[in-house]
Amino acid sequence: MNGITATAAKYSPSESLNDDVVKAMRSDGTLDPSNDPRISRELAVSLYEAMVRIRMLDERLVALQRQGRIGFHIGSYGEEAAILGSAAALRPNDWLFPCYREFGAALWRGMSLESYLNNMFGNANDPAKGRQMPDHYTCKAAKFTSISSPIGTQITQAVGFAWGAKSQKEDLVTLTYFGEGATSSNEFHNGMNFAAVFKTPTVMFCRNNGWAISVPSEKQTASATFAVKGVAYGMPSVRVDGNDIFAVIKVTRDAILRAAAGFGPTLIEALTYRMSGHSTSDDPKAYRPDDAVVEWGKRDPLMRFRKHLEMNGLWNEAKQVELDARVDAEIRDAITVAEKVAPPALETMFEDVYESVPWHLREQCAEMVAGPRAKGHGGH
Amino acid sequence: MPQMNMVQAINDGLRLEMRRDSRVVLLGEDVGKVGGVFRVTQGLFDEFGDSRVVDTPLSEGGIVGCAIGMALYGLVPVPEIQFSDFIFPAYDQIVSELAKYRYRSGGEYSCKVVIRTPVGGGIRGGHYHSQSPESLFIHVAGLKVVCPSNAYDAKGLLLASIRDPDPVLFFEPKRIYRAAKGDVPDGDYTVEIGKAAVVREGKDVTVIAWGAMLYEAIAAADEAAANGVDCEVLDLRTLWPVDIDAIVESVKKTGRVVVVHEAPKTCGFGAELVALINEKAFLHLEAPPMRVTGFDTPFPYTLEMEYLPLAHRILPAVMQTAQF
Ligand SMILES: Cc1ncc(C[n+]2csc(CCOP(=O)(O)OP(=O)(O)O)c2C)c(N)n1
Repeated sequence: MNGITATAAKYSPSESLNDDVVKAMRSDGTLDPSNDPRISRELAVSLYEAMVRIRMLDERLVALQRQGRIGFHIGSYGEEAAILGSAAALRPNDWLFPCYREFGAALWRGMSLESYLNNMFGNANDPAKGRQMPDHYTCKAAKFTSISSPIGTQITQAVGFAWGAKSQKEDLVTLTYFGEGATSSNEFHNGMNFAAVFKTPTVMFCRNNGWAISVPSEKQTASATFAVKGVAYGMPSVRVDGNDIFAVIKVTRDAILRAAAGFGPTLIEALTYRMSGHSTSDDPKAYRPDDAVVEWGKRDPLMRFRKHLEMNGLWNEAKQVELDARVDAEIRDAITVAEKVAPPALETMFEDVYESVPWHLREQCAEMVAGPRAKGHGGH
Repeated sequence: MPQMNMVQAINDGLRLEMRRDSRVVLLGEDVGKVGGVFRVTQGLFDEFGDSRVVDTPLSEGGIVGCAIGMALYGLVPVPEIQFSDFIFPAYDQIVSELAKYRYRSGGEYSCKVVIRTPVGGGIRGGHYHSQSPESLFIHVAGLKVVCPSNAYDAKGLLLASIRDPDPVLFFEPKRIYRAAKGDVPDGDYTVEIGKAAVVREGKDVTVIAWGAMLYEAIAAADEAAANGVDCEVLDLRTLWPVDIDAIVESVKKTGRVVVVHEAPKTCGFGAELVALINEKAFLHLEAPPMRVTGFDTPFPYTLEMEYLPLAHRILPAVMQTAQF
């Protein structure tokens, strides 16, 4: 039972070189034919552009938070290939049940930058109506459910949604994202078990980014890997180099097709790394050595993707300069617009608690609107 | 006497008790090396090691369930739940197990567990980093519930809680973690569980508050004084079992009462306090008791300062009560 009972070793980039980890990109610029998702050149380039865009967004949003212009940001720096690759593997009818780190997937699926930024500012046009923290948006049009902070809750819901679709014979797969920390939550157990028992068309996508805030992944489990947890639930699982976008697309697509064909769920463990702090509220210097970050930096998903495209004549410095300028301007303009939008109207606080507003909330709303205003915000 | 904020005072209390009693263990998410996301356990990992200050896997049910087991064995666990908003995966263990162990075993067993957890809003935390779930625990027979408002009480109540024979929910108002500074004695002392404090004496209106809202109540009382209304402000400190004598005594004096809390109004602790006042001091009342609370909605992000029962909402209630 090697690999099951062994205590997990300290997580390092060399782990993604192991034989049991699916990889596609090779150092000579080719793709391993058995793990090549065979995507078009156009798709590869647009994924690269999307990756640059979310990397830049991360940088800008951290800066905005530091300037006090937004309250919070939780980013995906270092995990972009895992997030975009898996989102790109979805078919149009498939659904995402996200954690809080996958704004790249939402944007890829069609959420507008404007909408995302409205949530970051919690303004009147925020899809969550300014009620939730930044990075807690919702986008039904992108088949992307609403984000909540409690860890793991979305996992079981993804199973239930897929179960519902299966019962109605609808060709639809759900993919749920979660960090490796969430594998310790109640809902990981419930989700894995129900998905396997009822063979729901679900993809369990675990971003193993090495950390749950300050807790390293090796303290989260005594299993040698997170993927191995599938064994006990009777669910096939796979480990993939999460910083290799081609490999991520391949394993996710295989899992989706398998689910769609009626063979049930798959657990994917994407080996990646949280290059930044947990969020803007966190200072990783307090608990992790810089050299680990430097080591993982050598496997940076963006750099590797670019190198691959360049070796295949699909990318060059001139294109990069043009892209950087274009995306930078796009983000700046969108921020300028979102920042000017007013905060939500006071009355909106009492809406959507129920479908219609009951007497007690009407009463409380009237009392609040007629009452004095708090200091220090521009409510109107 | 050293000046401390609440984070330092709680940290000091934990260190003191861990030195004094080797059975005390801390467990939770990020409580170890990094000292907790609010740094309340900072330095304790270095002093006491990873067998007494334990970073756990990400499972509140696991944390509280294991704490119960440790307590049954004879340790004195002080688990931390990173935000009280995330206590619900452990709710089964707390409600079905922790609260009932003594009763259901005919007193054969008891569970001495102190669950520390930050509560409250006003820190731009939105739905899931702002809630005040005290009434969900007060309602459960068998739990004591504490919520200090200052550094001195925080340390003293923590030490009293750890030495208490019953399980205690120790709510730490995170909005004033660093703002509430004051003199804190170096050594050992306790603040008795079940005792409120009159933080301002007055004759016209009793304002009952706790935690971060105490300061809003005091601010409103100051403004009311400028308008000729003399408020008595009560800091409950222990929510359950509440200091009913202190409440009744004050209401008998003033005949008017305003209860303030962050949690939603409906079935909030204010409802119980008003009911108790009606039962025990009805004939002394000169005005209907009032509640100034969070609204019956999830805790909002952008409009959080409009949601909270801050001084600007307490003052009109105080004036209305006084003029009734
Ligand atoms: C039930 C619950 N407990 C605690 C938290 C506080 N918290 C927020 S993120 C986090 C770590 C999550 O780690 P992981 O699941 O690995 O995801 P990552 O952030 O690394 O993507 C914790 C403990 C929470 N949000 N929900």
